[in-house]
Amino acid sequence: MAPPAYQSQRSSSSPSQPSGKSEVSDLRLQLRQLAGSRAPGVDDSKRELYKKVISYMTIGIDVSSVFSEMVMCSATSDIVLKKMCYLYVGNYAKSNPDIALLTINFLQRDCKDQDPMIRGLALRSLCSLRVPNLVEYLVGPLGSGLKDGSSYVRMVAVMGILKLYHISANTCIDADFPATLKHLMLNDPETQVVANCLLALQEIWSGEASSSEEASRERDSLLRKPLIYYFLNRIREFGEFAQCLVLELVAKYVPSDNSEVFDIMNLLEDRLQHANGAVVLATIKVFMQLTLSMTDVHQQVYERIKAPLITLANTGSHEQSYAVLSHLHLLVMRAPMLFSSDYKHFYCHYNEPSYVKKLKLEMLTAVANEDNTYEIVTELCEYVANVDIPIARESIRAVGKIALQQYDVNAIVDRLLQFLEMEKDYVTAETLVLIKDLLRKYPQWSHDCIAVVGSISSNNVQEPKAKAALIWMLGEYAQDVADAPYILESMIENWEEEDSAEVRLHLLTASMKCFFRRPPETQKALGTVLAAGIADFHQDVHDRALMYYRLLQQSPSIAEKVVNPPKQDVSVFADTQSNEIKDRIFDEFNSLSVVYQKPSFMFTDKEHRGPFEFSDELGNLSIGSESANSVVPAQIVDANDKDLLLSTTEKEDSRASSNNGDGYGASLIDASSGPLVAVDTQPAVQAAQASMAIDDLLGLGITAPAPLPPSLKLNAKAVIDPGTFQQKWRQLPVCLTQEIQMTSQGVAALTTPQPLIQHMQGNSIHCIASGGQSPNFKLFFFAQKAEDTSTFLVECVINKSSSKAQIKIKADDQSTSNAFSESFQSVFSKFGMS
Amino acid sequence: MISQFFVLSQRGDNIVFRDYRGDVQKGSTEIFFRKVKFWKEDGEEEAPPVFNVDGVNYFHVKIVGLLFVATTRANVSPSLIMELLQRISRVTKDYLGILSEESLRRNFVLVYELLDEVIDFGYVQTTSTEVLKSYIFNEPIVVDAARVPALGPASLFMQGNKRMPGTAVTKSVVANEPGGRKREEIFVDIIEKISVTFSSSGYILTSEIDGTIQMKSYLTGNPEIKLALNEDVTIGRGGSSAYGYGSSVGSGAVILDDCNFHESVHLDNFDLDRTLSLVPSDGEFSVMNYRMTQEFKPPFRVTALIEEAGALKAEVIIKIRAEFPSSATANTILVQMPLPSYTSRVSFDVEPGAVGQLADFKEANKRLEWSLKKIVGGAEHTLRAKLTFSQETHGNLTKEAGPVSMNFTIPMYNASRLQVKYLQIAKKSKTYNPYRWVRYVTQANSYVARM
Repeated sequence: MAPPAYQSQRSSSSPSQPSGKSEVSDLRLQLRQLAGSRAPGVDDSKRELYKKVISYMTIGIDVSSVFSEMVMCSATSDIVLKKMCYLYVGNYAKSNPDIALLTINFLQRDCKDQDPMIRGLALRSLCSLRVPNLVEYLVGPLGSGLKDGSSYVRMVAVMGILKLYHISANTCIDADFPATLKHLMLNDPETQVVANCLLALQEIWSGEASSSEEASRERDSLLRKPLIYYFLNRIREFGEFAQCLVLELVAKYVPSDNSEVFDIMNLLEDRLQHANGAVVLATIKVFMQLTLSMTDVHQQVYERIKAPLITLANTGSHEQSYAVLSHLHLLVMRAPMLFSSDYKHFYCHYNEPSYVKKLKLEMLTAVANEDNTYEIVTELCEYVANVDIPIARESIRAVGKIALQQYDVNAIVDRLLQFLEMEKDYVTAETLVLIKDLLRKYPQWSHDCIAVVGSISSNNVQEPKAKAALIWMLGEYAQDVADAPYILESMIENWEEEDSAEVRLHLLTASMKCFFRRPPETQKALGTVLAAGIADFHQDVHDRALMYYRLLQQSPSIAEKVVNPPKQDVSVFADTQSNEIKDRIFDEFNSLSVVYQKPSFMFTDKEHRGPFEFSDELGNLSIGSESANSVVPAQIVDANDKDLLLSTTEKEDSRASSNNGDGYGASLIDASSGPLVAVDTQPAVQAAQASMAIDDLLGLGITAPAPLPPSLKLNAKAVIDPGTFQQKWRQLPVCLTQEIQMTSQGVAALTTPQPLIQHMQGNSIHCIASGGQSPNFKLFFFAQKAEDTSTFLVECVINKSSSKAQIKIKADDQSTSNAFSESFQSVFSKFGMS
Repeated sequence: MISQFFVLSQRGDNIVFRDYRGDVQKGSTEIFFRKVKFWKEDGEEEAPPVFNVDGVNYFHVKIVGLLFVATTRANVSPSLIMELLQRISRVTKDYLGILSEESLRRNFVLVYELLDEVIDFGYVQTTSTEVLKSYIFNEPIVVDAARVPALGPASLFMQGNKRMPGTAVTKSVVANEPGGRKREEIFVDIIEKISVTFSSSGYILTSEIDGTIQMKSYLTGNPEIKLALNEDVTIGRGGSSAYGYGSSVGSGAVILDDCNFHESVHLDNFDLDRTLSLVPSDGEFSVMNYRMTQEFKPPFRVTALIEEAGALKAEVIIKIRAEFPSSATANTILVQMPLPSYTSRVSFDVEPGAVGQLADFKEANKRLEWSLKKIVGGAEHTLRAKLTFSQETHGNLTKEAGPVSMNFTIPMYNASRLQVKYLQIAKKSKTYNPYRWVRYVTQANSYVARM
């Protein structure tokens, strides 16, 4: 509330407090008096009044009622006054469209002022009114603004066109502004004008792409080689933030060969030394994307970017370093080995905010290997005694995770057990949970652990997760803990006070296990717990108790087989994020996805995912397999890529899944390691799998493929998931672009894409996505060679009115793309014949 | 691309608010402030600098106790927005001379003027103080620097390394000096933040210097400037990424692990004679940021000891020794040490004849604080504290207390030995001889001794 207060000190006329209506009407009166005045010094009084109005506006008092007075007063040559007036008008025009009309006149006049500053300012304000029925007044001034001699005015005009597009897309397109912008982008000497054109065109064409083929083509044309080189060659002339824009564009460009990749990287090499973190990260994204298919070089890129990233993470504010560290974190998680000697950089500073420490702890955990584990764990143990409790907890978990991923856990187990001696509740709680997980993986340590765990007073353990862990261990190692039945018994006595269903479930199971080992000592407690369990209001607790009860009635030995069978050790705990999600996030490098550790579709509306996002394109199209009768045998492909960088945890996953054969192990994970991963399988894949499953059930075969030219045999059961498809589509260059004439029968048969999809499918060319409405359709196909897994990708754009189809083919193995193109065309041309 | 930009005071009042795209609701400032103030997610008490509420992404940076915030619905580059927010604050400071709640409130019209030129429809147009000059018409109302409350040592880090010693801090790039004419001068500050961790036995576990060469130019006509660094400066550790020490000790060379440079810096002669040439634009900026893990002599040795002294009692001894030359003096030293949570009373035994020393036990967070106004190079100081506990200790006291952390500033001293050998300004005329200030300052970043 201070600005008005300062104003009142300064303005001699009326000291006032900003209370509300009377103040505003007072202002209106004063403004009205000044409106017609031409007395000397009147501008100064106006300035004071305007300032007051704007300060009210800032703190949220509605001053829209003085709109007409403000406009009346704006006939002035004082630029400071004008600016304040523009600011005011821009703020209130949208909610007062009628009065906004009043401003059009003076704004239009100012657009023709001699001073380029005033022309620019007026034009900017005119376009900021956001009133749809005033757009007709914008077109003229914008048109001349683009041709203005002053680069300032042109800069403003370009942004004005983007504003116009958002108010009324049609007006913008009808006036052919995008074409003018394109011309300006290629010819203007002023780089900020060029940059503005680029961003405006990206927004406009992305917005139009779904409805207009031309816009979609224009949008793609931004990624053509000459244009990319035009930008790259001038990149140093652009401002820092405009450079980021250019780099974002370049990251989507697909070079034709490796030497081009190296040229671009050499050109951009010095951008990695830029003090602006945004420029460096945008450059890194380019390097990453360009080298995706070149494993060795990709690895070298990691080595190259390490130092600049660490430098950035250490300079600047905590907020800036958080943004950088999030990206470093992503890279470390993808290739921990490459960072294993840099672990000291991930040590926490005592004065760092916890959001930074948390990232560092995760990185330390990831890079731990045989050589550095001792030092990392020693460091982590220091943090456990930290006053910052969340970080202390996090550190214990980190130690535990390292233990779970190492083979030599001897020393770590000792450290964990020492934590229990610290007698801090939260340390004990976290440690118990970890020891439980550790024992599930390394039962050979049970002797050491149980000796210590058994001595813990259960009264000191309050957190449900820790309690559950303790109970599990008591049940599992009932024979080793002398007091196990009695500890359980005392806990059962407090059944009524136990709020957590998880703990109560564990009590039931542990009592059962204890009973099997030491029946006489446990019998009484078991009876009590089963009775309490059956009477429990919680569904699961009730059901489990009842099941145990009936099992025991049947036969204790069968019950033992069910409840406590011999079990296999857990070798790897399930990762919480699927590889597909991780790859998605990696593709969205240098965006919020990395900070949130989620792909953009999880937190952003479709229209805000940024220009050029490929998945938008697929997302807009209906997935081919949605119709029940078109069968796409898609499955999640188990990428065989065991490469260090490109596939992160494939090996672990497959090991984990091979472990699933053991039923008991699985149920354990359910019970104690929290919610299992919600794997985000794409609906398309699910649908496809489902439809395939149904097919198998009904014994329907897939239509036998028609004979193809002998040169190329395609796999009838080719599979690819949409994620892989998108990734490939982005990485691979176009090998072939062709226009195919359609037969009249074909055109006639194509009322919806489905018949075509089925037809192609019958010839081993599968559709992954389709969309559009007559007369325009767009389909994405893929096919795989029969002998190896090399894949062909096809984009097919059909225009029925001209009976033409445009196809773009991309292929893993480019030498066979011609043969494939022929097959494709011959199959395609037979459509509608039968 | 951002939707809104605003600045909030510590109490959550709107000081500046600008909506660029109209696609985020009006109440965003309240939503943001509530979220930050009552953050309790993932067991953490501090909101991260970026978070998402109902599809709107909120970015914020804390600068001099103010919250600079941007909102957007788009999946933008987080670094870009953080850089932008820092840049806006820096440009504002360049114009207002001093950045504070009061200066922003008194100059909000000028701030709006800046914001309109820096960002258009959510996209950055320019953040160059120099370029902006031609668009700005309001005169700043300069706030008296003396009225700005002194910043505690901790707040040094709230603003990153942006705080500068000396007078230049409070001068606006556009306001005229009281005398009418502007003084031609240029400031070059070598600011080093050092992080050292000592083990309980006094051995150095990790050490690092994060440095920056900061420039603030008030020269008219943008003359070209040459900055020469030590000739024995090398960059990069010969391709090896090892963190190890020792390879270069004794050779006297200054080896930087890595560095980066401001946009305007030309490195054409760098390999030849270690000079950077640039045409400095108006306002404050970092010419070069660097990082060094080469072994260096830490300015302070810190040892701390805690031991039981009878039932319910313990003694703490903290010793600090200044190992820098006696020509330099450290100031605003603060030593802190967390004590066992069951500590009930502490009595201090400050060395006799000590001036400007203060020892205190902060009951609320069970922390020992020892502040010293000055330490001259070569001096040694000791603090003894007797603790009284409210309960029996269980075993290992060293796990219950510490580590000791230390804050300090040492003007005219730098640990890395990186130097600006000379600062050459291209002469416009024979009489042109602007003032040049080359200043060094070393600050503690994370200076920790374990128990």
